[in-house]
Amino acid sequence: MINEELAVKMVGITKRFPGVIANNNINFEVKRGEIHSLLGENGAGKTTLMNILYGLYAMDKGEIYIYGEKVDIGSPKDAIKLGIGMIHQHFTLVPPFTVTENIILGYEGNNLILKTDEAEKRIMELAEKYGFEVDPRKKVMYLSVGEQQRVEILKALYRGAKILILDEPTSVLTPPETKQLFNILRRMADEGKSVIFISHKLDEVMEISDRITVLRKGKVVSTVSKDETSKRELAKMMVGREVIFLLSRPEVEVGEIVLDVQGLFVLDDRGLTAVKNVYLNVRRGEILGIAGVAGNGQKELAEAIVGVRKALKGKIFVEGKNVTNRPPYELMSMGIGYITEDRVGKGLIIDLTVKENLISKVYSAMTRKLFFLDKDLAERYSKWLIKEFDIVAPSPETPAKTLSGGNLQKLLLARELAIEPTLLVASQPTRGLDVGATEYIRERLLEQKKRGTAILLISEDLEEILGLSDRVAVMYEGEIMGVLPVKDANIEDIGLMMAGAKRLNR
Amino acid sequence: MKLRIERSPFYSRLKSIAVMFTSIILALALVAVIFYLYGVNPLIAYGKIFRGAFGSPYAWSETMVKAIPLLLCGLGLAVAFKAIIWNIGAEGQLLIGAIMATWIALSFPDIPSTLLIPLMFALGFLGGAIWGLIPGLLKAKLGVDEIITTLMMNYIADNLLKHLVYGPWKGSEEWGFPYTNKFSYSAQLPRIPGTRIHYPTLLIGLILTVSIYVLLMKSKWGYEIRVVGESREAARYAGISFTKIVLLVMVVSGGLAGLAGVGEVAGIQHRLRVGVSPGYGYTAIIVAWLGRLHPLGVLASSILFGGLMVGGDMIQVAMGLPFSVINIFNGLILLFIIGGEILIRYRVILTR
Repeated sequence: MINEELAVKMVGITKRFPGVIANNNINFEVKRGEIHSLLGENGAGKTTLMNILYGLYAMDKGEIYIYGEKVDIGSPKDAIKLGIGMIHQHFTLVPPFTVTENIILGYEGNNLILKTDEAEKRIMELAEKYGFEVDPRKKVMYLSVGEQQRVEILKALYRGAKILILDEPTSVLTPPETKQLFNILRRMADEGKSVIFISHKLDEVMEISDRITVLRKGKVVSTVSKDETSKRELAKMMVGREVIFLLSRPEVEVGEIVLDVQGLFVLDDRGLTAVKNVYLNVRRGEILGIAGVAGNGQKELAEAIVGVRKALKGKIFVEGKNVTNRPPYELMSMGIGYITEDRVGKGLIIDLTVKENLISKVYSAMTRKLFFLDKDLAERYSKWLIKEFDIVAPSPETPAKTLSGGNLQKLLLARELAIEPTLLVASQPTRGLDVGATEYIRERLLEQKKRGTAILLISEDLEEILGLSDRVAVMYEGEIMGVLPVKDANIEDIGLMMAGAKRLNR
Repeated sequence: MKLRIERSPFYSRLKSIAVMFTSIILALALVAVIFYLYGVNPLIAYGKIFRGAFGSPYAWSETMVKAIPLLLCGLGLAVAFKAIIWNIGAEGQLLIGAIMATWIALSFPDIPSTLLIPLMFALGFLGGAIWGLIPGLLKAKLGVDEIITTLMMNYIADNLLKHLVYGPWKGSEEWGFPYTNKFSYSAQLPRIPGTRIHYPTLLIGLILTVSIYVLLMKSKWGYEIRVVGESREAARYAGISFTKIVLLVMVVSGGLAGLAGVGEVAGIQHRLRVGVSPGYGYTAIIVAWLGRLHPLGVLASSILFGGLMVGGDMIQVAMGLPFSVINIFNGLILLFIIGGEILIRYRVILTR
């Protein structure tokens, strides 16, 4: 008999990649009309499993049933035909096309003349039904990230999706946008559609899910109903041990001002003003956290401070010295460390060895007699750092590209902290890392604060900002919406500021 | 089963040498087809090229004569290419070196050669370096593409040379040929007796092979050059000045080509003339790549290409084949090496 209540049934799914088993004999079921979260650390196998369901990967072993029928999904096209839609972290929209044009892309029908009117009508109907706010005639390039995501969801619905997979959908959203998304998802579930929600954020998972399946290292730990579990229990399942949520923040006497930014304006790569009239300062032994959704000028602010991007207007002082638009090597020699968010492209040179990466800021000091590099010193220095920062690398001569993401970040951190910076600018220091590496990096940052470094911490992860910083500044469209001590901060206010709905007057 | 290409985590020296030899063999095979179409037995043609290049002491000596400028230019280019600065201007830098040396030789014909020769080399280096520095500055300060500028500078140098030998420097004793007067004896380089090998330049080339090796592999500048070459952005973030590296590699690269130009006028021609270089600066690009940008590799490949040039002359004279065949061969080698690069950096994987 066909069990119509089960929208998706995956049995014994196994998928191997060179060197790892990404999915190991996974059983996974989603009911009709439920929101089912897939929870797990990075690399737990969540996305792999869903890519198999959507036909992007071929599984090595296992069976898939959709509404009780055994199916063979060889490509996304097959999946779409079966009523499966997937929203990826990176959108697949064509920016100069309108919303309607994007939605019907690939489904234009066989007529020579596009019947956009009809499509538009259907899109409006769908939007109304699920509570979307979209203008079907607007070009996608003028939409915010949240709106673009809604277009992606509409696209899936337009193609008749009954099972919708969302891969980390909230990572690009502001808190109010997240709330809106959740409303839409809830309505879809009420309509009898099934939603699979991939995430590693506990709060959201607890808020939105009916049931939760936790994956760890390619295996299912457990599937639980939301009402019968707690955040603490889920976290334990996810990492296999208790996680300390609040890091013990060391009490440090803050000293004099190290970084002083006054009225800074910076342009982004497209020549638009990304940083607008920013004033802020960081003292010795203090962490100032910059909260905000990515793309609101944080990157440009950081780059201007470390000298790799030109400041248009305004001044930057480090230890009282005006360093505005000084070249990076000069700032570096003043003890400014920078952990860039683009650790592979800009921070490290992955084609070089671990050693060559570790010495790239200190090699000058390792030069003896004219211009010869002291090989022994470089060797000892990198061995010391590998040990000190717990970098998993067989030897200093290992090519950096063979290291995992967490170890690459430790490598970058080691390089920057080894110079004992007076000022450290850390941009998204734990993005994309697993819980173990994240915890390690955070502890090192706190350790560095204790040693008197002034730290400017930029992160999209509010928990991280609130957990590590002494003061929080919220950035929205290039402006600082407010700066407040973390003990006075309330997450709702910060959320409102991140979405531009609130501004603190000082 | 599907074929998938992914970035190979390890750089394998063995693989890179294999790719190098495969490139040569594939080029040889394709040129064999051309020989065949000319109605010439490829084996005989290759036999003649080989004997012409390496078959006798005389052949060897002529091969070395050609290898000297290729080595000097190739070493310089290897330094530039390591930093991913595409200096295509070794030819022009060589010509400027030749012009500077000629200027000194014609201006001070009577000072002793112990003074005159070093002066010619010094000025030749300086000239080539300045010719390289101009595109270097444009690149560093204004972001002008160095491929275009270095290439264009070749034409400027070539026409400057023509202007000089047809005009102000035209020799009074040369019956109207576009030559300068012959250099005085003190401006001529000594040769190994019975050959045209001007050994001071060869010696400079060998010393520089070692020096460039030390520069690239052991020195702080070499480290900076490699970092810039791997990732310009990362270098900037690590506080390495891109401007400094561009200027450094262009000075070294241009200066070395300039030395080659001095060798040609002072060691071979004993005067400045049109056609002082049969395109050494361009062939050196291939020399540098075939040598995998390693100084010892450049040394080996400069001898190989020197031999090809000599052997090419041979088949032209003996079999009536156009010299262009050799150019085709050179071009094919470069093509295969660059194509083979993908096999070194990536690996092919079979998946289900």
